[in-house]
Amino acid sequence: MKTYQSWGRYPKFIPHKVIRPNWRDEITLPLPAEYLCYGLGRSYGDSCLNSTGTLIDTTELSKIIRFNPETGLLCCEAGLSIAEILKEYMPHGWFVPVTPGTKFITIGGAIANDIHGKNHHRAGNFGNHVSRFELLRSTGERFICSRSENPDLFSATIGGLGLTGMITWAEFQMKKISSPIIECENIKFGTIDEFLALSAVSDARFEYSVAWVDCASSGRKLGRGIFMQGNHKSSDNPSFKWQGNQIPFPFEAPDMMLTSLTVKAFNLLYYNKQVSKIQHTDVDFDPFFYPLDKIHNWNKMYGKRGFLQYQMVIPFESGSKVLFEILRKIADAREGSFLAVLKTFGNIQAAGMMSFPRPGITLALDFGFNGERTLKLLENLDAIVRECGGAVYPAKDARMSNESFKRYFPRYEEFSKYIDPNFSSDFWKRVTTSQKI
Amino acid sequence: MNINKIVIIGATSSIAHQTALLFAREGVSFVLAGRNQNRLDACAKDLQARGAKNVSTLIMDAANPSDGKLLFEQSLMTLGEIDLLYIAHGSLTDQARANKDTGYALEEFMVNFNSAVGYAMTFAEYFEKRQMGNIAVLSSVAGDRGRGSNYIYGAAKGGLSIFLQGLRNRLAKSGVNVLTIKPGFVDTPMTADVPKNPLFAKPEVIAKGIYSAIKNGKDVIYLPWFWRWIMLIVRMVPERIFKKMSL
Repeated sequence: MKTYQSWGRYPKFIPHKVIRPNWRDEITLPLPAEYLCYGLGRSYGDSCLNSTGTLIDTTELSKIIRFNPETGLLCCEAGLSIAEILKEYMPHGWFVPVTPGTKFITIGGAIANDIHGKNHHRAGNFGNHVSRFELLRSTGERFICSRSENPDLFSATIGGLGLTGMITWAEFQMKKISSPIIECENIKFGTIDEFLALSAVSDARFEYSVAWVDCASSGRKLGRGIFMQGNHKSSDNPSFKWQGNQIPFPFEAPDMMLTSLTVKAFNLLYYNKQVSKIQHTDVDFDPFFYPLDKIHNWNKMYGKRGFLQYQMVIPFESGSKVLFEILRKIADAREGSFLAVLKTFGNIQAAGMMSFPRPGITLALDFGFNGERTLKLLENLDAIVRECGGAVYPAKDARMSNESFKRYFPRYEEFSKYIDPNFSSDFWKRVTTSQKI
Repeated sequence: MNINKIVIIGATSSIAHQTALLFAREGVSFVLAGRNQNRLDACAKDLQARGAKNVSTLIMDAANPSDGKLLFEQSLMTLGEIDLLYIAHGSLTDQARANKDTGYALEEFMVNFNSAVGYAMTFAEYFEKRQMGNIAVLSSVAGDRGRGSNYIYGAAKGGLSIFLQGLRNRLAKSGVNVLTIKPGFVDTPMTADVPKNPLFAKPEVIAKGIYSAIKNGKDVIYLPWFWRWIMLIVRMVPERIFKKMSL
């Protein structure tokens, strides 16, 4: 049974009320009420929660409206998942233009968070590929939004965290691919500077790139990692197959499972699983893009306490010095993350006024929730990110302060004008309520 | 046998649509019958976009099933031939209301029993002449034993199961498969107001079971599988004890 938690299972959440519409043309949003759409619950923090309002479970709105097999333009209801889309169109050689690290997200969620992926340097965010969508407001009005129709509402809704109303359907451009197999090159690096150099060369040659960085080690080893870059294999005869089988994570792990020691061991093993400096492999799209999807509820690995994910971006100018400082703070706090992901964002202008990605270096890590200690560490990281003009990703956040939010998203006041007065989220209430830190 | 032309009655129901999606990928053609044109169109477009060859829609009214013959003729005209009739419409009866309102109880019988019988009989004649074909009908585990909380719905579905048993016996000689589908609790719009428990299955899961049962020419199927055993036990409870249980 669906429990409507967020992916990090922190903060703990019990839905107040849930509605689950089945037909996009028949949805009514009776007032007074305060709404928020909830899809597959892959947002980590509280941006997909509303403790006092009504959640609109969108997952029944999963019909395809039309697909043009010549151009790859897909129009579908907002509750359709990337997994479903791939199951349908991957066998015909079509892939989603941008994908995050899980395929279990809805298209509505992809737009509301203006998600990004391993091809950000080439493709920008998901919103860059969206041509139109319909927005249902609590007044009952339905707006078609595109770059020419209601462009303000279009730009406010992309990355708008579901606050501007309910996206009922969306139209976006799929991407023709030569093969579902990714020709992958993995390169070990020893320092952040080395990562930046690899990244700079990679962008022109490779469609996808991402790095894993060891943030559990100390001293000289801090900042080492593996840089992964890849392209779709060029093939005359691609065999598109679909495997979607998942292994369930069998139980809620004891809180002891991920300690600084096991994390350190994991990171050590991960770094050393590759012996040579450069390794070439062919990887299927599923393990390449969605390594963690294989385990159905990997979030339970963190046990009852839940976890926080922290993803930030810092401008290129701040470079390796600031990033190294951040890594050191994490390593010193012995809160090292089990998997830390590093990537550079390109300079494609986001379509949304509240989109998170911006040119720079982005780092994402998980932290098992250890109460005040974890919150304090992340607040310390925020101080560094604020200082250098960076930002933290709301889709993954459950704790950033009001002050940080305003610094990270300078257009929030402009954005506020487009919010549906009868939509809100726990995230939004938190970051717009003044509190001193 | 290959199934290329499918008529679905109650095509906008969640289980019906999920089953249709599985067939759509094989490039089959559909006639979708239902009450609401807008919903039928949404289902038709979805199937089309997922690989169905041709999809057309028909308006029907199970509360007034004399349209069965027309529905059959129009389907045959549209498709040329029919390989599968899939009857999936139904209404979850409000038993408390039915206890006080006999008219309502009988209307529910019309929707859940009479209409399904009418549609199946009309198409059966065609399949019998053609010496092949498939009829798959959504019955329910509720038809396996009468319960105070659900016996109007249960009786209609139980009657339907018996009817299908007889029809199967008749049509077996003509090489026509008749499948009785008995789902347990399914999380669909029909059960939106029923409090959920862990026995509730997703319509996608039920649909997969139906799809493979049709493909394999099964007779009776419980979905998910464990309901066969649950119902076996439920049926074994002696009546003098059963009548005192609140079920």
